[in-house]
Amino acid sequence: MSLQLENHKFKSATRRELLKLTPLIALGAFAVPKLQEPLLKSGLGFSDWISKGLFRRHHMATTFNDNQLTPLDKFYVNTYDVDDPEVDLEHWTLKVGGAVQRAGDYTLANIQALPKFRQNTRHVCVEGWDAIGRYGGTRLSDFLHMVGADTSARFITVRCADDYYESLDMATALHPQSLLCYEMYDQPLTREHGAPLRLSIPTKIGYKQAKYLTSLNVTNILKHVGYWEDQGYSDYYSL
Amino acid sequence: MWGIGKTKVIQIIIRCSCEGSLKEQAVLIENRKTGKTTAAVYEHPYIVRLCHWLNTISLFVMIGSGLQIFRAFPSFGAKIPESDLINWPKSLALGGWLGGALQWHLTFMWIYLGTGLLYLGYQIFSGNYRQILFTWKDVSGVWPMVRHYFFFGPKPVQHGAYNPLQKQAYTVAIILGVLSVLTGFAVWKPIQFSWLAWMMGGFHWARLWHFLTMWGILAFVAGHLIMVVLHGWQNFASMFTGWKKDPDYLSE
Repeated sequence: MSLQLENHKFKSATRRELLKLTPLIALGAFAVPKLQEPLLKSGLGFSDWISKGLFRRHHMATTFNDNQLTPLDKFYVNTYDVDDPEVDLEHWTLKVGGAVQRAGDYTLANIQALPKFRQNTRHVCVEGWDAIGRYGGTRLSDFLHMVGADTSARFITVRCADDYYESLDMATALHPQSLLCYEMYDQPLTREHGAPLRLSIPTKIGYKQAKYLTSLNVTNILKHVGYWEDQGYSDYYSL
Repeated sequence: MWGIGKTKVIQIIIRCSCEGSLKEQAVLIENRKTGKTTAAVYEHPYIVRLCHWLNTISLFVMIGSGLQIFRAFPSFGAKIPESDLINWPKSLALGGWLGGALQWHLTFMWIYLGTGLLYLGYQIFSGNYRQILFTWKDVSGVWPMVRHYFFFGPKPVQHGAYNPLQKQAYTVAIILGVLSVLTGFAVWKPIQFSWLAWMMGGFHWARLWHFLTMWGILAFVAGHLIMVVLHGWQNFASMFTGWKKDPDYLSE
């Protein structure tokens, strides 16, 4: 069956169809300088919200055989500000505070007294490169229990000798592969890799693996999320 | 629905050789001044047009921001020693720096995904996918079309809105679209979607597949744009209004 239409009727019909596409103009908001930043922030926030929903405490990061390891001298090191924060290893302690029962200064020996775990896991840098490293240390969850942390709090935050700072959601902090790491490749951490103590969180992106830890806090409120996050990176970036 | 009041409605039975249901939907447009009549067919349903342009925008953003992300480590090898592939100028990339590009990428990926799901859902539930789905019976028609385009062979008789080569191109483009999402999720969440990353050989390789998928899509876009230019205004306008005036297949 075929219809016959007058030209102007056809023209108004096509115009109507064209006007139905006007909702597309809404995307133009991304081109408005004042709106662009808040829109992209909320888009990134939406991605983080989905990421939190996808996180499973019992999903383990893939572990690798020793022969798949990236050799230590081929393991790239990102420094962000200072190459050597000149940590005094002799007198180093980790200052623990916030929502914990036993706040105070913990020595490396206190931390090493907890069970040691070693794992070969992939380090994924936000830049796109990756390396498989061998990490050794104590479970962050064991340490949090030792200091009597309120694990119903939302975050842990760390500060570092090179003025770097980071935060972790509690669910990730309690993940069995999240380590307070003091060894790489079965040797004490080298200066480049964050001696004497760093985070190794294989379920998170590289910039969450803070080095040269000096303090750890358990908290419900984040004043600052992290060094890179506060400049625009994802707050949550889990893998 | 057209307000047909004064308009004369006539029934014309158009001989339909095969599946050409579009021929049955043809409308004759009468220009009272000139007395000329032209035929038009409503080829592209609203959702298809909406998704086409949403996808045009989000694909542009995804590729632009993706190139900026790639600039942070333009290689698929080791970090040490790093051997960069050819990189592109910053002017072709979107986001200004890695963090900015990631904001664009992780925002528009939801628009890209949402558009894809809306499109696929619509095509499947409306049955409109038959317009473009490449099937076994289209295989034999591909070569004659290639010969026509590249070696100036005779133009094969076209039965529907899309010829076999077009169906192949659009079907491949949709598969590439799905792959871009799957490889993207493997790069974004190699642990939570470890099964996806595993199928692609792990995070390291998933990144390469994601990149290659982009080039596949760009190759489609290049061919698509050439065809748009070759086929003129009426064809181009139909992706806005849905209506195509005087399509070739009506006169055959």
